Amino acid sequence: MIVKLLSGDTPRSPVLTLILLAILVGLAFAPFLFPGVRSVDTAARICIFIVLVASYDLMLGYGGIVSFAHTMFFGMGAYGVALASTHMGRGFEAVALGALSGAVLAAAIALLIGLFSLRVRAIFFAMITLAVASAVAVLVSQLSTLTGGEDGLSFRTPRALTPAFKFGDELFGVRLNGKLLAYYLVFGVSLLLFLFMLRVVNSPFGRVLQAIRENDFRAEAIGYRVVGYRVTVTCLSAFIAALAGALYAIWLRYVGPDTVLSFDIMVDILLMVVIGGMGTMYGAVIGAALLVLAQNYLQELMGLAAGTVEGLPILPELLNADRWLLWLGILFILSIYFFPTGIVGRLRQGR
Amino acid sequence: MSAAPDHTPIMSRAGLADRLGPYLPVLLILAIMLFGLLAIPSMSSWLTLTVSGLAMGMMIFIMASGMTLVFGLMDVINFGHGVFISVGAFVGISILLILGHMTEAPSLALNLAAILAAVMAAMAATAVLGWAFERVIVKPVYGAHLKQILVTMGGLIVVEQLIIVLWGPEEIYILRPEALQGAVTFAGAAVEKYRLLAVGIGAVLFIAMRFTLRRTKIGLIVRAGVENGEMVEALGYRLRLVFVGVFIAGSALAGLGGVMWGLYQEVITAHMGQEIMILIFIVVIIGGLGSVEGCFIGALLVGLLQNYIAFLEPKLALISNIALMVAILMWRPQGMIPVVKAK
Repeated sequence: MIVKLLSGDTPRSPVLTLILLAILVGLAFAPFLFPGVRSVDTAARICIFIVLVASYDLMLGYGGIVSFAHTMFFGMGAYGVALASTHMGRGFEAVALGALSGAVLAAAIALLIGLFSLRVRAIFFAMITLAVASAVAVLVSQLSTLTGGEDGLSFRTPRALTPAFKFGDELFGVRLNGKLLAYYLVFGVSLLLFLFMLRVVNSPFGRVLQAIRENDFRAEAIGYRVVGYRVTVTCLSAFIAALAGALYAIWLRYVGPDTVLSFDIMVDILLMVVIGGMGTMYGAVIGAALLVLAQNYLQELMGLAAGTVEGLPILPELLNADRWLLWLGILFILSIYFFPTGIVGRLRQGR
Repeated sequence: MSAAPDHTPIMSRAGLADRLGPYLPVLLILAIMLFGLLAIPSMSSWLTLTVSGLAMGMMIFIMASGMTLVFGLMDVINFGHGVFISVGAFVGISILLILGHMTEAPSLALNLAAILAAVMAAMAATAVLGWAFERVIVKPVYGAHLKQILVTMGGLIVVEQLIIVLWGPEEIYILRPEALQGAVTFAGAAVEKYRLLAVGIGAVLFIAMRFTLRRTKIGLIVRAGVENGEMVEALGYRLRLVFVGVFIAGSALAGLGGVMWGLYQEVITAHMGQEIMILIFIVVIIGGLGSVEGCFIGALLVGLLQNYIAFLEPKLALISNIALMVAILMWRPQGMIPVVKAK
């Protein structure tokens, strides 16, 4: 049953299984295990980034396509929910319609870019997505009448998902309110989407993708339409990324260029995929969990470290809490050289 | 025996469209300038915009040329190229700030000397950085595009953060040297002096680069390497050394471009390279990967179009470049002057 749920793609390493189980249990019972606004927020962020990073892995790790527009797709889902909720009033219909239309738009744009650039040469795709994504990000901050510009949009989600909605007293010391429901909505949808992507990569479609990644010329010679497969996976990935964006918008009840469209998120996604492990869906889980936790808690540690070397030249600057990207960047480069399959690949080898 | 007919066979003369084909990209620049002339009501503002468009195009060309050659030679795509721009700008501007007494003096000679010193320092710094970047980051991932993109992106992140460590996270403002501030009036149009200087430097560099590539032995090897690297190696040339040289030269040019761009914007940030990279990618793609001429023409097209559209319809300026790229890729999917065969 479990093997079937995982589409036959088990972790294949005892340590990895343990870590994944820990993450699953931690996320499933996060509001009860780690009460507090900040920790639940971290847990929700991990759920959403797992989906986002896994959808990116679909493209990068399985399709062998580098895209820099993933935040654009993410943002489309988020803005879809925000705009629908603003204009249609609060309600589940608005959320569903916004999420769906954002996802469809994302897939359509992915189709256009894909047909344009993947047809010629795969590296064109990386450059063109970078250009298009930056243009869209600037456009969103310029069209302030529609998108709220730099300030972004605050909107109201359905009442059942807000802290004001109560459906009972406390359970294990946790208040049963709409925020809890919102968390479980995020968690449930993320889990479903993740299992769906696991299904996709282990289907015949996923196998062909892996073949294309390994040797596209040969795959073409065997008779698979490489461009068709690549474009399809790009669209699928964009669609799921937009759904992740919609979840993020529902959770934050706010969208803005900095929170959903900035290039920093793109860098985060890249770090998560590579450090977790490309081409292994579980890498997304580990990468996202590790990096979101690091973002929220490692910075404090670095601040402490910077305090201890106070007075020495340069060193405090290097250990400044804002410089954590520097160390992650170095880790990123090293992991591409030495562990191209990331933490997951490492654990599986060590079996 | 009758004499051969004295008319030339029609076959030997290609049609007008075919003969124009190679020159079309150049004509496109003129077409865009003409479009600007028709669309912009006053002649003087057209002149101002054209000069600033050309200046911007020249600067983009200086920054992009290294990248396109590096790709052509070794099939290496360097997403971290933008970092050389930032480093060049920071080193150069720091030197200018140190030489404050020279830049504030109203003498053109002193000002130019200060800029020259800044440019030299910036180019030296980026050349060294380029060499290190090639050794540490690019060398281990030859032949693997996916890894190249990721690793060079990682290099970009790390060096950008190092800039912040060394210079602090705030943007640095700088005034142009005294003699280069302000504008000259020409035919009723105000043309900024600095832009004229930028156009001059860009044109000189382009001609020098073309001369090197077309007339010297090293240029011959580079061009042959772009066309067919294996053959050049079979003839006994060490293409790797040539490549390292081109990489270093390209990095130094990006550093020069960084100083010029910094003085043009009068503000520098650690992220500036990353932002300009987007323009550079567009230019390199529409020019045709690996082609210096295509890169030059593409840069001018982007510069001119952006300036015209920003004047006519400011909101459209952001997507005008993307639209240009789409149009050109529909017309020639490999870019205007395709050099490297699809690998």
